[in-house]
Amino acid sequence: MDLLPIIFVAILANNIVLMQFLGICPYMGVTQRVETSLGMGMGVIFVMTLAAVISWLIFYGILEPLNLHYLRTISFILVISSLVQLVEIVLKKTNPTLFRALGIYLPLMTTNCAILGVAILNIDQGHNIIQTIVYAIAAAIGFTIAVVVMAGIRERMELVSMSSFLRGASVTLVTAGILSLAFMGFAGMVTL
Amino acid sequence: MRTIAQEFSKGIFVENPVFRLLLGLCPVLAVSITAFNAFGMGIAATFVLLGSNIVVSAIKDFVPSRVRIPAFILIIATFVTIVDLTLNAFLPDLHEALGIFIPLIVVNCMIMGRAEAFARKNTIGRSIIDALGVGIGFTIALTVLGIVREILGAGTLFGFNIVGTAFEPMGLLASPPGAFIALGVLVALFNVMFKRLGIE
Repeated sequence: MDLLPIIFVAILANNIVLMQFLGICPYMGVTQRVETSLGMGMGVIFVMTLAAVISWLIFYGILEPLNLHYLRTISFILVISSLVQLVEIVLKKTNPTLFRALGIYLPLMTTNCAILGVAILNIDQGHNIIQTIVYAIAAAIGFTIAVVVMAGIRERMELVSMSSFLRGASVTLVTAGILSLAFMGFAGMVTL
Repeated sequence: MRTIAQEFSKGIFVENPVFRLLLGLCPVLAVSITAFNAFGMGIAATFVLLGSNIVVSAIKDFVPSRVRIPAFILIIATFVTIVDLTLNAFLPDLHEALGIFIPLIVVNCMIMGRAEAFARKNTIGRSIIDALGVGIGFTIALTVLGIVREILGAGTLFGFNIVGTAFEPMGLLASPPGAFIALGVLVALFNVMFKRLGIE
């Protein structure tokens, strides 16, 4: 499989948030401001790539040779939650500037299903290590685009007068639906 | 202190995880294309929630609070693996349809939320009641969304054609955008309903 279709599919045609419904919790939770959603997106790019590579190595290095496939879910979630802790500690000591920028988003990563989802998708789709890295980065960029676009719309939407029944979650979901419809248009450009 | 009946019913109505608290939406949006898949996912999540609430409540006095989150994750992941293997063995079609969203029950914030907010502070009995209430609330919400999307999107209900040939199904509701829009409209409708009933 070529790398270019993987990138295109992961960012646009099969966007992990709007098409595959991964990471809806942060999508609804941290898309109030463009600035915070950009920070969250950067954190996701960083952690998702690391998590995908390490879980790929664990699966093909330990679980596959020992025939322990049924431990996949448990080992991946443990790896991801300890990785998040580790990244937090290392960043704090070595790069305080980056830590200040990403620090508050890191604890949220453990329960971000996009991180675990991409790690599992890499295994399900039989990617090799290069494809895994490329897919993880592209999926995270797709996540970032989705949250930043949504935050921009929600900043505007706060100024609009609307029924109190719609305000908040309801209108955010419908907006996400319309965005998802727009992203569906990319599906025709590539065979999934 | 709430009575047992209030403890049970709060998860279904006032604190419904999907329509009121908007927790655990990833599987809700993804598997609600048909009512049967939605119901299956609801039962699977309820089983994991019940198991994790019982174990978390049973070990609450032995686990130091600093390491409780990894311990909870391990407990939840164990029950998810049980569900994954059981579905694969007995209901392979459902297992195939739910796909990646079965292992992803691990990171469902609803289950982690009940362990953290309820089970680690309450007795096993109350934790079981709480898990059943929240789990049934989640299953009902998922099934309602599944029924709406299946009838309007495909013209069937639980696989049976119920609308006849005159009805042209709206393909949009069976696609990803339809999931967001249908859930958004349902959340608004439930807001109206709760307002009428005087529940905030």
